[in-house]
Amino acid sequence: MPEDRSIQELGLDEYKFGFHDPEEYFFKTPRKGIDPEIVAMISKHKNEPEWMLEYRLKALESFLSKPTPRWGGDLSELDFEEIYYYIRPMENQGRSWDDVPDDIKNTFERLGIPQAERESLAGVGAQYESEVVYHSLKEEWDKAGVVFMDMDSGLREHEDLVREYFGTIIPADDNKFSALNSAVWSGGSFVYVPPGVHIDIPLQAYFRINAENMGQFERTLIIADEGSYVHYIEGCTAPTYTTNSLHSAVVELIAKPNARIRYSTIQNWSHNTYNLVTKRAVAYENATVEWVDGNLGSKLTMKYPAVYLMGEGARGEILSVAYAGDGQHQDAGGKVVHAAPNTSSLITSKSISKGTGRSTYRGLLKVHEGAVNSKSRVECDALLLDENARTDTYPYIEIEEKKVNTEHEATVSKVGEDQLFYLMSRGLSEEEAMAMVVNGFIEPIAKELPLEYAIELNRLIQLEMEGSVG
Amino acid sequence: MLKIENLRAEIDGQEIVKGLDLEVSKGEIHAIMGPNGSGKSTLANVLMGHPRYEVTGGSVMFQGEDVLELEPDERAKLGMFLAFQYPSEVPGVSVANFLRTAVNSVREEELSPMEMFRLIQEKMRVMQMDPKFAERYLNEGFSGGEKKRNEILQMLMLEPKLAIMDETDSGLDIDALQVVAKGVNELRGPEFSAVVITHYQRILRYIEPDHVHVMLDGRLVTSGGKELALDLEDKGYDWVRQEFGSAAQS
Ligand SMILES: Nc1ncnc2c1ncn2[C@@H]1O[C@H](COP(=O)(O)OP(=O)(O)OP(=O)(O)O)[C@@H](O)[C@H]1O
Ligand SMILES: [Mg+2]
Repeated sequence: MPEDRSIQELGLDEYKFGFHDPEEYFFKTPRKGIDPEIVAMISKHKNEPEWMLEYRLKALESFLSKPTPRWGGDLSELDFEEIYYYIRPMENQGRSWDDVPDDIKNTFERLGIPQAERESLAGVGAQYESEVVYHSLKEEWDKAGVVFMDMDSGLREHEDLVREYFGTIIPADDNKFSALNSAVWSGGSFVYVPPGVHIDIPLQAYFRINAENMGQFERTLIIADEGSYVHYIEGCTAPTYTTNSLHSAVVELIAKPNARIRYSTIQNWSHNTYNLVTKRAVAYENATVEWVDGNLGSKLTMKYPAVYLMGEGARGEILSVAYAGDGQHQDAGGKVVHAAPNTSSLITSKSISKGTGRSTYRGLLKVHEGAVNSKSRVECDALLLDENARTDTYPYIEIEEKKVNTEHEATVSKVGEDQLFYLMSRGLSEEEAMAMVVNGFIEPIAKELPLEYAIELNRLIQLEMEGSVG
Repeated sequence: MLKIENLRAEIDGQEIVKGLDLEVSKGEIHAIMGPNGSGKSTLANVLMGHPRYEVTGGSVMFQGEDVLELEPDERAKLGMFLAFQYPSEVPGVSVANFLRTAVNSVREEELSPMEMFRLIQEKMRVMQMDPKFAERYLNEGFSGGEKKRNEILQMLMLEPKLAIMDETDSGLDIDALQVVAKGVNELRGPEFSAVVITHYQRILRYIEPDHVHVMLDGRLVTSGGKELALDLEDKGYDWVRQEFGSAAQS
């Protein structure tokens, strides 16, 4: 079947995984840990404008002054002194595939990017060791004025736009990890879509951490100007390590009036990664923002994509699916703030827990006074694959306006003996039956993804269930 | 084809099937009738290998092979099929997707997507099901009658050698009853056997059984031809209890 081939081409079979390239660094901070000197070094190396250096240093202060959060997951083993905060690969970034250095190409090859994506993809931004090395943009987008590049280039080439919006949705001092990211950020994507421009083919970015003990702090900013549309896809595959690694990204989305942004992520971190991500969007009048978020792997994920509905008629949707296997904690959910009349939101969260895995739904729904006729629906469903697995739900709801309509529904289900017996009596093995129940469970999310990602999501969950990853 | 000898089975330490014998030859249709709680569904589940039941004695041979040690999927691959009294719901899995997976796992050679599509269409027509059902999630929100039709659709797709039907006729309106009977008769032939569990002789007018058995307290206590079903409907189970109740207790 062609579907099977594309799985092979995506290299998912090999993603048991953790193949490493020899680490040839172009630049790497001289020591682990973080202080003003390291931050200044990063900024200087990137040749950044003075204001960005100041921004970073201020963020560092904020990071150092904030305590490590005690709510959510267990962060007690996370040692900030044991991490390199900036690594840049040997070669600089290539404009076309031919310019990409061979060993980096090999990695992409093994991830299947050239075969599976190259032809069909119009643009690819890929982060390799803290830095985008491969990047191409379809010509027509250039013509239409669409900007899609790594954040570092964005700062160089579109400094005014970056300066206007950077950190406005997620201020550096929002939380400890946004502060950290703001101090040491590197790479990530910068996207600007001019008014009225619809990008039909999703913009896709691939990420890969390749150095042991290396944190990854990408920074993404997407601005969809009035009446425009963009779908951005972030896919993630991480090799396995022996020591803890940290991923702490910041993603800011701005949907101007009548614009629509869809941001899809499938993350599959190695099982010792702390994945602590701040994602937030603002949607102005009649704008729509959709987060589609798949969280696999990692030791601990804390991630609650947020949408602030600032203009009348704005809409926010958050669809998330998490898989927590043995020893993993997925603490995920979503936040929606209704700050204008006639706004609507939908949060759908699905979690699967197996063995000693633990999944948590943590959500906030806030409706400000004056956000009349707002509608909101929160649905969180947990599926437990066996007796030990654990799930918790923390839905925080603050409603200041009377004329609103909110619904909340939470379900916990176990894969039942009867259900498995039913499927097995039709010839499916126990594993196949289990996989079918799980795939059915996440179907509402998978169907929102482009086909190859839906297949990837199903396949990754199956691999996790077989315990063959990490 | 199917030979059950002195079968004993329990659930949660409670013996439900208490030494049951039954032999079904190739091409035969057997009906099992019996009061509520006499163990009919238990028997059906045990034959298909439900993990919650423990077999404590006796044997079940299917085509000369002892199936009691086999997993349910292995039994399905040998050609056994159970139409459930209460089919499970599987949210998010479409009927078509489920049928594809099931058919390809019992068949030695996979069907091409086109062949599969045609087969599903054809069998749905036999069962007079709206093609839209193919895209509905398996049994989710199905009415009682729709679930039963869907069970027989699966049977037609999988073409088993032995079908056990657990009250497939219960809850069906007259039209649906005829459609279900048509589905079963579609498979009827020298290579197909069936055990039809039912409370009513009305389905037996459409699916004529070769033998009728009465189950009471975990055993088959009497057997006869199709006229036995009519007798039962006339006289009720008290008659059976009086005649055979002592045998069932011994
Ligand atoms: N977990 C259990 N523990 C003890 N007894 C049980 C358990 N599960 C089922 N039973 C009993 O087993 C007996 C047989 O049940 P079964 O479902 O096989 O009956 P049936 O003949 O199919 O009845 P019906 O005609 O109502 O479908 C019933 O008395 C039931 O209460
Ligand atoms: Mg029954």
